[in-house]
Amino acid sequence: MKRTAFWAALAIACGIGVAMPAQAGTTFDAVKARGILNCGVHTGLAGFGAPDDKGEWAGLDVDVCRAVAAAMFGDAKKVKYVPLTTQQRFTALQSGEIDMLSRNTTVTSQRDTELGMNFGPFNFYDGQGFLISKKLSKVKSAKDLKGATICVLPGTTTELNLTDYFRANKMNFKPVVIEKQDELAAAFFAGRCDAITSDSSQLASIRSAQAPKPEDYTLLPDLISKEPFAPAVRHGDDQWFDLVKWSVYAMFEAEEKGVGSANIDSLKGGSDPTIKRLLGETPGLGKALGVNEDWAYQIVKQVGNYGESFDRNVGANSKLKLPRGLNSLWNQGGLMYSPPVR
Amino acid sequence: MTSQAPKTPWWNDRANRAILYQVAVVGLVVLAGWYLISNTLANLAARNIATGFDFLTREAGFAIGETPIDFDPADSYAKALLIGLLNTVIVAVLGVILSTLIGTIVGIARLSGNWLVARIATVYVEILRNIPVLLQLLFWYALITEALPEPGDAFQPLEGVFLSNRGLKYPTPDWGGLEWLVLAALILGIVLAFLLSRWARLRQAATGQTFPSLRLGLALILAWPLLIWLLIGAPTAFDAPMLDGFDFTGGHSVSPEFVALLTGLTLYTASFIAEIVRSGILAVAPGQTEAALALGLKRGQVLRLVVMPQALRVIIPPLTSQFLNLTKNSSLAVAIGYPDLVSVGNTTINQTGQAIEGVAILMAVYLIVSLAISAFMNWYDKKTALVSR
Repeated sequence: MKRTAFWAALAIACGIGVAMPAQAGTTFDAVKARGILNCGVHTGLAGFGAPDDKGEWAGLDVDVCRAVAAAMFGDAKKVKYVPLTTQQRFTALQSGEIDMLSRNTTVTSQRDTELGMNFGPFNFYDGQGFLISKKLSKVKSAKDLKGATICVLPGTTTELNLTDYFRANKMNFKPVVIEKQDELAAAFFAGRCDAITSDSSQLASIRSAQAPKPEDYTLLPDLISKEPFAPAVRHGDDQWFDLVKWSVYAMFEAEEKGVGSANIDSLKGGSDPTIKRLLGETPGLGKALGVNEDWAYQIVKQVGNYGESFDRNVGANSKLKLPRGLNSLWNQGGLMYSPPVR
Repeated sequence: MTSQAPKTPWWNDRANRAILYQVAVVGLVVLAGWYLISNTLANLAARNIATGFDFLTREAGFAIGETPIDFDPADSYAKALLIGLLNTVIVAVLGVILSTLIGTIVGIARLSGNWLVARIATVYVEILRNIPVLLQLLFWYALITEALPEPGDAFQPLEGVFLSNRGLKYPTPDWGGLEWLVLAALILGIVLAFLLSRWARLRQAATGQTFPSLRLGLALILAWPLLIWLLIGAPTAFDAPMLDGFDFTGGHSVSPEFVALLTGLTLYTASFIAEIVRSGILAVAPGQTEAALALGLKRGQVLRLVVMPQALRVIIPPLTSQFLNLTKNSSLAVAIGYPDLVSVGNTTINQTGQAIEGVAILMAVYLIVSLAISAFMNWYDKKTALVSR
C-alpha cells in the first residue's frame, strides 16, 4: 500500500516535470489555444492598474491588456489579471506565468537585454519626483532634502535613481525600503519618512488614494529621472511581440485620426484609406498579425483610443487629473507617435 | 510436493530486490535533478537571459538603511548581501538570547503557586502564540511609527537620549579612539568571572568548600574596566545626538524597523519557549523536588540545582527548533522594511534579474546559518545529556 503511494507520487512529480517545457512553445499559439490572456498588472495603483469600485480591473496599463485581448479574441474581457509586486514582475514574465507585463514598468537597456524582455511602444512618459508634507515648509526643491529619511519601493529604477541623485549632489539620506506599496505609503503618512519618492504619476495616485488629507501633501517641482513605461513580453516569440506592439499603436493611430469608441461605427463605409484600414475594411493587416481583420476596430470599440483611455484613467475625467504633457500626440506637442498602420 | 524448495529466481531474492530498489531510487532522484537543471539552463539560454555569478562584483548602486559596517552605494552586490547577512545575524542572535530569557521566565511563571502570576503567564502564551507573527510585526511597526512623535518633538527620557518615530537615539562615549580598550576589558572581565565561577564550582564539588564567586565575579566585571578607564585618563566626553535638519546626527541609533522586528520575533518565540520550559520542568518527577526540599534546599536552589539540569534534557531539542524558526522568521523583515538578507537579496535579484542565482545564494546562506545553530545546539545537548553510570 505504502509502496503504491510512493510510485504514484513519483509518477505525478515526473508528470509535472514533463509538463513544464510545453509552455516554452510560442506564446502566441499558447494564448490562442488557452482562449484567455494572462496579463501581469500592478497589485493596486489607481489610474494604472487597480480594481475599481465594481471590482473590475481598470487603468491605463490594464487597458493595454484589454486592447491585446480585443485584438486576439475580439473580446476585451478575456483577460486574467495577475497582480504582481515590483519584485515578482520580471520572474513572472520570464517563467511564463504571464504572457505579457503591463505594469508601469520603466524601460532600461539592462531589462531589455539581460532580463530577456522585449518592450512594446511607450504608453506613458513619466519622471521620478518627491512627495512631502506641507509641514516641511523650508523644503522647496529636492536639493533641500539633505540628510532626510526617504521611503522608497525596493527593486525599482526609482531606488537606483534616488541613490544616484544624492550621490551626484554629494548629499546623504536614509532609505526606508518596504516591499508592499500600501505599507510603504502608510509608513510615510505616519511620519516615518520625510519624503516618499516614486514616479510622479504614482505619487499623485498614492496621494489621492491613501493620504488622510491629500491637500496636506505636495509634490516637489524637480523630476530626477526619465521613466518611460512600456508593456513587455519575453524573448522568443516575435509574432506575439508584434501583436502587443500594434495593439498599442492602433490606439495612438485611432486618436490621431479622431476615431473613438463613440464614433467608430458611424465612420464605417467612409473613404479615408487610413480609417478603412483601421476598421478592417481593407483586409491584410489582421492576416499579417495572425488575428481577425477587425482587430483594431475591436480595440477602439471596446477599449477606446489612447486619448479616451488616458482621460478616463489618469487624465481630466479621473481622480488623478494628470495633465497630458509629454503624453500628448506628437502633433500636439507630446511624444505619442504611431508608425503608419498599413 | 517434494520437500526440496524450488530455487527462487534472483529477482525474487529479498536482498537483491532491496539493492534494486535503492539503485532505482537514486537513479530517479539524479534523473529528476539533471532534468530540472538542464531544462532551466536550456530555457534561460533560449530566452537570452544572462546567467552566472558575475553580478556579485558589480556596483550595487542602491543604499541600505542600516549598516553595521560601512557601506557605500558604490560597493559591490556581494558586500550589500554581506550587510544583509549581518543584519539578519544581529537580529537572530539578540532574538535567541532575549526569547530564551523571557520564555524561561514565563514558563516558570506558568507553574507558579501565585494564582495571578500563573494566569498572566497563561494569557501571554495563549495570545502571542496564536496570532500569526507577520501580523504581530506589522502591529509593532505601526505602533512605533504612529504612536511616537516626530523628531522635532522627540521624547527625552534621559539627557541626550531621544525617542521618536525615527528610532531611539543615544549618546556614545567619545574617548579619543580608546573606547574599545574599556570594551575589551569588560569582555575579559566577563570571561574571567565565568572561569572563576567554574573553578569555584569544581572546588566545591571536590572539597565542599564554598567560595564567594558571585560577588568576586561581579567585582571583576565592574572593577577591571573601571581601572582601564582611569588609566586612559577618566575621559567623560560623549558624542550626543543633536537634531540637525530632518533627523538627529551623532551618537548611535536603533531604528523602528529593528525594534519592531526584534520585539515581534522575541515575544512570539518566547511564548513557544515558555511552553517548552514548562513541559521540561513537568517532566521531572515531583519526587525529585520533594526530596530536594526535604534535604533543606531553598526553592531557588531546588530549581537551579535539581530540576533544571534534568529538565534541560527534555527542553533542548525542541528549543533548537524554536531558535531555527526565529532565525528563519526574521526574513519577514521585508514586510516592515528592515534590511535583512532577504530584503537586500530581493533588491539584488530585481536589479540584476539573476533570480535563480540570487535565490540559490539566499537558500545556501540560510541553510548554513541554520545548520550552524543545529550543530551548536546538538553539541550542547550532548553535553547536558544524562550520564548514566
